[in-house]
Amino acid sequence: MTAPQQQKLKIKGPVVITGNRLGDGAVVYLTMDGGWSTQLNDAEVTTLADRATQLLSEANASDIDAVSAYVAPVIVEAGSIKPGNLRERIRVAGPTFALPGSEAR
Amino acid sequence: MYHYDDFDRTLVAERVAEFRDQVARRLSGQLTEEEFKPLRLMNGVYLQLHAYMLRIAVPYGTLSSPQLRTLAHIARRYDRGYGHFTTRQNIQFNWIKLEEMPETLAALAETGLHAMQTSGNCIRNITSDQWAGVARDEIEDPRIYAEILRQHSTMHPEFSFLPRKFKIAVTAADHDRAAIRVHDIGLRMHRNGAGETGFEVVVGGGLGRTPFVGKTIKPFLHKRDLLSYIEAVLRVYNQYGRRDNIYKARIKILVHELGAEKFAAEVEEEWRAIKDGALALDEAVVADIASRFTYPDYETLTDEPASLQTARASDRRFDTWFRNSVAPHKVPGYAIVTLSLKPEGAPPGDATADQMDRIADLAERYSFGEIRVGHEQNLVLPHVAQRDLPALWTVLDAIGVATPNVGLVSDIIACPGLDYCSLANTRSIPVAQELTRRFRSLESAHNIGRLHINISGCINACGHHHVGHIGILGVEKNGQEFYQITLGGRADEHAELGSLLGPAVPYEQVADVIEDVVAAYIELRVRPDELFIDTVKRVGIEPFKERVYATH
Repeated sequence: MTAPQQQKLKIKGPVVITGNRLGDGAVVYLTMDGGWSTQLNDAEVTTLADRATQLLSEANASDIDAVSAYVAPVIVEAGSIKPGNLRERIRVAGPTFALPGSEAR
Repeated sequence: MYHYDDFDRTLVAERVAEFRDQVARRLSGQLTEEEFKPLRLMNGVYLQLHAYMLRIAVPYGTLSSPQLRTLAHIARRYDRGYGHFTTRQNIQFNWIKLEEMPETLAALAETGLHAMQTSGNCIRNITSDQWAGVARDEIEDPRIYAEILRQHSTMHPEFSFLPRKFKIAVTAADHDRAAIRVHDIGLRMHRNGAGETGFEVVVGGGLGRTPFVGKTIKPFLHKRDLLSYIEAVLRVYNQYGRRDNIYKARIKILVHELGAEKFAAEVEEEWRAIKDGALALDEAVVADIASRFTYPDYETLTDEPASLQTARASDRRFDTWFRNSVAPHKVPGYAIVTLSLKPEGAPPGDATADQMDRIADLAERYSFGEIRVGHEQNLVLPHVAQRDLPALWTVLDAIGVATPNVGLVSDIIACPGLDYCSLANTRSIPVAQELTRRFRSLESAHNIGRLHINISGCINACGHHHVGHIGILGVEKNGQEFYQITLGGRADEHAELGSLLGPAVPYEQVADVIEDVVAAYIELRVRPDELFIDTVKRVGIEPFKERVYATH
């Protein structure tokens, strides 16, 4: 299997740049102003491979805020950005079961 | 328990200080991620899907009560209140912040725990039989030799940059509880014709994308030659192992491509040059290591005391647990107790901080302060007086670790899968959870008998699917989760890789298919005590295939 960071850039729809925040590993998204946000809705969305490549390159140029940046698929519905596959849904929402010791279990 | 000396404590403390400095330099931007990544991996720190993960070594699966309390403290203070015991006798925490990693490691170091060599292309945590030192079928405590190997391999410069990671397991019992035949090196202590104790050396086992059962390259190795021979194996691997292709870099590929005979000849030649040098183990060295293992001051007791018999006769739930989770101990009047971390609907191998604290207390009260971690992701209290079993069970039951399903269909091995792991492409834990619900009936599970289901969320096989009696491997197809099913694998002294049942099935159908496989087994077995694995061996997988693919 190949981790997303190692894959060739193939874009079939809207994508964002995502990574993990250096200090605590939290999932973050590259925003329009070149910053990082923990909210997917703040992310810059593109459908262009060239733009995605450029954003990824900029994201990787400085690895002090976020690390392991890669291009992730999203779905844009009614102005809202949603994760485009199961991996990204888990990154947004966490594990798909109640964590041990949590109330839900 | 093994007691570390000042040298060990200093080494671990220095490593914490070194990593604290490295983390500070990374956070301030003095180190790039490219520079930092190999440093964090050398300290067991991975970056996963949504957080950092810290993998802590539990050498040969032996923990003390203070160490388990420390792990509970880490879970509570730095993580989200739980930890995950792995198939290599490690524990992983899934949510620790990089910023707090040095504090975490410092807290661990206070009780002799660390995360060194739990990642990277080095010799990983040396694993062993979780019943080591107490099993009735054991000829000697294998942990003494696991400890010698641990000391020799810790920060060994020649073996810090191997072609790929390297895993060693040691056992000294007839029944292999340490899966030695699917390790890079497996060591089985046994006696030769002259009555001497030594090692059968098995090399080139492993799972992952190219699974192999290891080959015996030395049927009997004298104990004095252990380090020199292992060093010779590693030198041959270091010299010929492939560094150009990560998928062909493990020693199993080298052994396969050279052939076991040629590989053994290469090792023999290397070994001859060093066997009588500094690495020869003299008896004084072994005695010194052995002297630092302390053993309980057992009372003189007899097996099956009256109080135990009364409890078994009067409480059916206790009796069911006793028959399932309690094993004979080498000392009369004592027992080995397995604590199931596989309750219905829970992630396999997870324990909460509260459970860890309570187990640490129980170990102190009933098991001479000692706990073991097994590769099946359960815990063990290795020295419990049989008279104490009823009282112990009452508390284990109350804290949720007395499900009497050890070795049964719901005692599932599973990797973290896509819910945590950045390498995975499908989930494992929810599949395991659903299976534990389907097989929630203990009566049914006991009727099915011993049956190991192993689940991996990707081809890297951390869930040991190749050697599950039923193996489940997640594969992604067009963005959807599918699962391949294998039957007939086993990890014990008769280790075998499972055979593929047929085309992969979608996530929603996995539990149905496994139920069908188990139902087919019930129909096919010739008598109730013919185990699943023996039925598969006898009839092959065709009858199972017909049943499953006729239905789905």
